[in-house]
Amino acid sequence: MLTVRRFFATLGPGTLWLAAFLIVPALVMLGYSFLTRTDLAQVGGPWTLENWGRVFGYDALFQEWTADNARVLWRSVWVAGLSTALCVLMGYPLAFYIARQDARRKNLLLLLLIIPFWTNFLIRVYAWILILRPFDLVPSLTATLLGMVYAFVPFFVLPVYSSVEKIDWRLLEAAQDLGAPPLRAFMTAVFPQTLPGLVAGILLTFIPALGTFVVSDILGGAKTALVGNLIQNQFGQAGDWPYGSALSFLLMGMVLLGLWGYARRAGQKGLEELV
Amino acid sequence: MIRRTHPALSVWAWLVYAFLYLPIIVLVVFSFNDSRFGATWAGFTTKWYGVLFARTDVREALTNTLTVAVVSTLISTVLGTLVGLGLWRYTLRFRTALTGLLVLPIVIPDVVMGVSLLMFYAFVRSGLERLGWTFDNGFWTVLLAHVTFQISYVALTVRSRLAGYGPELEEAARDLGATGLRSFTHVVLPLALPGVLAGALLAFTLSLDDFVVTYFTSGSGFNTLPVLIYTNVKRGVTPDINALSALLVLVTVVAIVAANALLRPRRQP
Repeated sequence: MLTVRRFFATLGPGTLWLAAFLIVPALVMLGYSFLTRTDLAQVGGPWTLENWGRVFGYDALFQEWTADNARVLWRSVWVAGLSTALCVLMGYPLAFYIARQDARRKNLLLLLLIIPFWTNFLIRVYAWILILRPFDLVPSLTATLLGMVYAFVPFFVLPVYSSVEKIDWRLLEAAQDLGAPPLRAFMTAVFPQTLPGLVAGILLTFIPALGTFVVSDILGGAKTALVGNLIQNQFGQAGDWPYGSALSFLLMGMVLLGLWGYARRAGQKGLEELV
Repeated sequence: MIRRTHPALSVWAWLVYAFLYLPIIVLVVFSFNDSRFGATWAGFTTKWYGVLFARTDVREALTNTLTVAVVSTLISTVLGTLVGLGLWRYTLRFRTALTGLLVLPIVIPDVVMGVSLLMFYAFVRSGLERLGWTFDNGFWTVLLAHVTFQISYVALTVRSRLAGYGPELEEAARDLGATGLRSFTHVVLPLALPGVLAGALLAFTLSLDDFVVTYFTSGSGFNTLPVLIYTNVKRGVTPDINALSALLVLVTVVAIVAANALLRPRRQP
């Protein structure tokens, strides 16, 4: 039984820490999103809904609706979606290849996959400047996509691999014995077994791709500005914290909504397996 | 058992590996390039490493990075392990809420976490200023931020390590006359230890790797290596940053190969 004393001896310190440095800052951010920018990076009264209106495209000065933010959001979603799709294309077969090797080779191949995965993110993105600059591709959307796929593909492969590892291949044999052609046998006997890993891999690629500002900042240039860049700019050059807060909430809302949908289908266990 | 893989699958796999290693190899090669502008090859040199070692800001950033990583790992390992143990041991009414709280730092975009902490620190500062106290963003603000995202990883690693064991183990120790503390140090902790170490290793790497949260919480006077690399890259490519990156890649490779050799289960004779 969890008594108050035991709570403070085990769960207490950690949960209180998270409450203090995760929940309270989120509440502070929520409060800021209803304030007004007074001076550069200074905030104050009066309380207003203007920032939230702006997030959804209402220009208070000209009293009209604009699609600028909708465009940025849409671009963020499809850039993240496209780079996730490319990760699937590259990584899904790779997971099968690794899983089908003997133990020694498998270990080596996993090691080779983990090395880029654990190499500093910034260095991995930066290295692409060296390669793409001679082709005049920095900054560009192509470079951003390439950088994202490169940065996130190991995140995708690892969960898929652990699903492929657990595949019961006898099902494939059974399907073949019953006369299923190769593609059909794969789709009915193998693919469904990889689904948990596939979904986890897609989420682990899509979410960071949706929120990143580093890749697009270093490789993308102004034209590929994503919602992450828009947020960063409010806390840098633009110095508009209240508007930045509202944007951050929107981004967080999009991610949490997606995860909530996933958790409803996969249950709490699925959510725990994700991490 | 013979495992066949289609030749096309092998070709595809090796192409993906080539893609993964191309930038890393280019980076290392260009760190030995005797040209200020990386694009063309102008002969072999090690001078950029000399330039790098002479930079005091790099040395300072390295010290900062390691200090934050070591201290934050120690704190988060203790707090995270306790949370992981609590999750394993007790039946909780608010388990879903607690799991949600633990998953949150892992899933919310790091830019959101960074800016919310930035504003939180500003908010606390404005409160303290009324009492006549103040503080600058720097080591402490970065440290607290790192612990915050590390706790979850440690807690979840420890909990999943213990998931296979039931509370009977601890009860058995109690029945045999062990005190609470003794059953904890002699039974529970040894079982959890691989999870604790794996969690600590993960927390340490996350701290070394973190750019976004550090960038927003560090203020102007406190650089870590990722922040330093970012500001240098924004100013334009400099060959000594290639050298720094190449060295960091080398450290990563050595650390992973060593960890792999140490953690590999021993073969039965």
